[in-house]
Amino acid sequence: MQDWIDIGTIADIPRLGARTVDTPLGEVAVFRTGDDEVFALINKCPHKNGPLSEGIVSGRKVACPLHNWVIDLNSGEAQAPDEGCTTTLPLKQEADRLFLGLVTAKKKVAHG
Amino acid sequence: MNSVPRQRLVVIGNGMAGMRTVEELLRRAPVRYDITVFGAEPHPNYNRIMLSSVLAGEKQIDDIVINPRAWYADNGITLHTGDPVVGIDAKAKIVTSASGKAVPYDKLLLATGSKPLMPPLPGLDLPGVVAFRDIADTDAMLQAAEAKQRAVVIGGGLLGLEAAWGLKRRGMPVALVHLMPTLMERQLDVEAGGMLQKDLTERGLHFFTHAQTERIMGDTKAEGVALADGRTIPADLVVVAIGIRPNVDMGKVSGLEINRGIVVGDDMATSDADIYAVGECVEHRGQVFGLVAPLWEQAKVCAARLAGDALATYATPALSTRLKITGIDVFSAGKLAAEDDGDEEVVFRDATKGVYRKLVVRENKLVGAVMYGDVADGGWYFDLIKGDTDVSELRDRLIFGQAFADAGCCGGAKGSIDVAAMSDDTQVCGCNGVSKGAIVSAITEKGLTTLDEVRAHTKASASCGMCTPQVQAILSFVTGADADAPEAMCKCTDHGHDFVRHAIIDRQLKTQGEVRKTLGWKTEDGCAKCRPALNYYLLCAWPGEYVDDYRSRFINERVHANIQKDGTYSVVPRMWGGLTTPDELRAIADVADKFKIPTVKVTGGQRIDLLGVKKQDLPAVWADLNQAGLVSGHAYSKGLRTVKTCVGSEWCRFGTQDSTGLGVKLEKLMWGSWTPHKVKLAVSGCPRNCAEATIKDIGIICVEAGYDMVIGGNGGIEVRVTDPLVRLSTEEEVLEYSAAFMQLYREEGRYLERTAPYVERVGLAYIKKRILEDESGRKALFARFLFSQSYAQNDPWAERASGGVDAHEFQPLVVVS
Repeated sequence: MQDWIDIGTIADIPRLGARTVDTPLGEVAVFRTGDDEVFALINKCPHKNGPLSEGIVSGRKVACPLHNWVIDLNSGEAQAPDEGCTTTLPLKQEADRLFLGLVTAKKKVAHG
Repeated sequence: MNSVPRQRLVVIGNGMAGMRTVEELLRRAPVRYDITVFGAEPHPNYNRIMLSSVLAGEKQIDDIVINPRAWYADNGITLHTGDPVVGIDAKAKIVTSASGKAVPYDKLLLATGSKPLMPPLPGLDLPGVVAFRDIADTDAMLQAAEAKQRAVVIGGGLLGLEAAWGLKRRGMPVALVHLMPTLMERQLDVEAGGMLQKDLTERGLHFFTHAQTERIMGDTKAEGVALADGRTIPADLVVVAIGIRPNVDMGKVSGLEINRGIVVGDDMATSDADIYAVGECVEHRGQVFGLVAPLWEQAKVCAARLAGDALATYATPALSTRLKITGIDVFSAGKLAAEDDGDEEVVFRDATKGVYRKLVVRENKLVGAVMYGDVADGGWYFDLIKGDTDVSELRDRLIFGQAFADAGCCGGAKGSIDVAAMSDDTQVCGCNGVSKGAIVSAITEKGLTTLDEVRAHTKASASCGMCTPQVQAILSFVTGADADAPEAMCKCTDHGHDFVRHAIIDRQLKTQGEVRKTLGWKTEDGCAKCRPALNYYLLCAWPGEYVDDYRSRFINERVHANIQKDGTYSVVPRMWGGLTTPDELRAIADVADKFKIPTVKVTGGQRIDLLGVKKQDLPAVWADLNQAGLVSGHAYSKGLRTVKTCVGSEWCRFGTQDSTGLGVKLEKLMWGSWTPHKVKLAVSGCPRNCAEATIKDIGIICVEAGYDMVIGGNGGIEVRVTDPLVRLSTEEEVLEYSAAFMQLYREEGRYLERTAPYVERVGLAYIKKRILEDESGRKALFARFLFSQSYAQNDPWAERASGGVDAHEFQPLVVVS
């Protein structure tokens, strides 16, 4: 089942930046855009697993620090002509607190 | 309107030759056929040539897929994978597959490729013996490599060597058995083959040449290889890669004429006019095929015939070979050696550098080239061979390569590639079979402007990379119409770098927001390309005033360490002029122990690199290094990196000045400065130049009479020797002139432009005018540099080690267990 985990406040994340959350699924990157939108993605670029949290955020995109693939924060999709997709996770904001939706059942997550 | 019923085309074989034929056919006659494809492998169409890169861990299977399943669907092609065809009724025109499908055809295309050549050896059927042909073989090899067992590869040709190297890269001990005395004897002469064997031996491969394999040892699984001379080599994995033979099974079942391969004419048709064949399964004029270039040509001709062009005919093109082993450069094309008295061989050999090249000239034409070590000119030689070019004019310079030969005959058209003279059909990328015409239309239709975009859309130069100069030349040629218009900084703006920099000063723009608003940026907060550039331009224009925006910096500059491919970081403390002390070394050793840092390496810039540091450990690592007086070496920055020195007059019997001391002074003057790209200096104590000052951004070479200052060198991808700027007589002058040049580059260099291209762009005469002829201008540059430095020289490690700056960078937000 899905649990909502309190991960702190929006102010903990720098604008146009990201912080990470260690989870049983691996590291999750939580991004904050210039417009204070927040997004959560598995912290791995679909290309070579680069840590997306370390990339430069602009608009609703982040550029991977390893080879500059540009990933859409909303969909997790890589910008064409590159092809690939990073898993996105549900994230909700209540007042200024952020909650990350995590499936905590013991089922193994399939890796394709 | 009644539509003409489509004809039915069945393709047997889902490999490179078959699908290339289908691609060409779809281009020429998109609606002529209903196409059905049968593939024996359970995968979509992939680039078999690149399997060796998958084995070596340089590419993933996904990277080498040519046409994904969606491509078949998009083009209305019925694809049956994992279902080999077992029968052809050529009279009734029906094929039947292993799973029982019966599909009628009007035209049939056989593209079943080849089978690995398996010698009649006892033990060949034991588990642990594989060929190297398809994804399944590659998977089997990767699994064996995971268990870190021993491997023997039989066959020292292209395929065997790539297999051996891939397994070695995966951590297996590998021995290679080869029947002939030298490696790759069909592509390399004895000399180049010997150099190859020596280099690969140094890399840890074991060779048994002139060695006949007698049998594979083992009862229930492969345990080793026994040679005819009695020697045995233990092995858990045996890879047989001695060659291939055409797969003629389909030709047999359909009663076609077969010799070594399925016999085809110049029209690519078999002895049955409705059955065509392409690729490694065919024999054309007595020749069978193993390299990819002729396959593309066959595909083109076959597609033309299928599309109704009755004139298309096939002729085998000249062939070239390149070995895909990273760091080993081998090239060969045409004849390997003189065949009679009429042929001449021209040989160049530099044993120290490991460079060898041999050209074979016949009647003033180049007919063969073998190269080892430096193969940059391979493409040029290959063009001369293919073009049947008269080389008598170039004859005495030919061996030294294109740059030298051209410079001699036509006044220095350095490395020029005549794009205009290339026909649209000219194949530019041999690995992926991309013609000039295909590249040009991709550039014009999709509006491509960079090499990377061209690679992404056409795959040209995306595999071995050898044709990169040609692809680049075509790109420049096609987009050259706009060469006068400055290139826009990025997609957020139409303005070029220089315009934006001038506007920042003229209009007193002091924040990134102001720049973007005033200059009409198309995006709210820019992109990963323009933000770091704007951040630098503002920092340079308004020192002490503009607040550095760490969110506009690449990760390395943000966390003051270098990100590595596994997401860990490397830490390089500054060692002034390359000098260190026992205490510093002890502190570094203690840090390495305390934080379990896996790799400690001496860098090319005379410092020590601690590799594999976890991000959260960085502040503590820095705190410990700071304790010993060590500060950031800025090994990650677009800024001053190192000042390399030799020992100079203090110790060296040849030293003319105190080069080490001067290097330390330069480094103390310049450390902490931000620049358009990285900057490296060197000071050599005499013209022997042990500090390699002539490939640095600024080099000082001490002589008896003073100091020679040289600028604009680079030892990177494109090596550039410095230009001499001036001879100076005192250390104070060296500091002033060097800092003035540094500031000029800071103010005028475009972001990510090194000094070498900067100097080439503005010209040495201009630099001399600004630094040498305009004394007050030079002093003003020097003063501006010092002013900027007064804000820049803070150790970023100390600021972060104390926890004050950017603490959030180094800790996760929360840990969910």
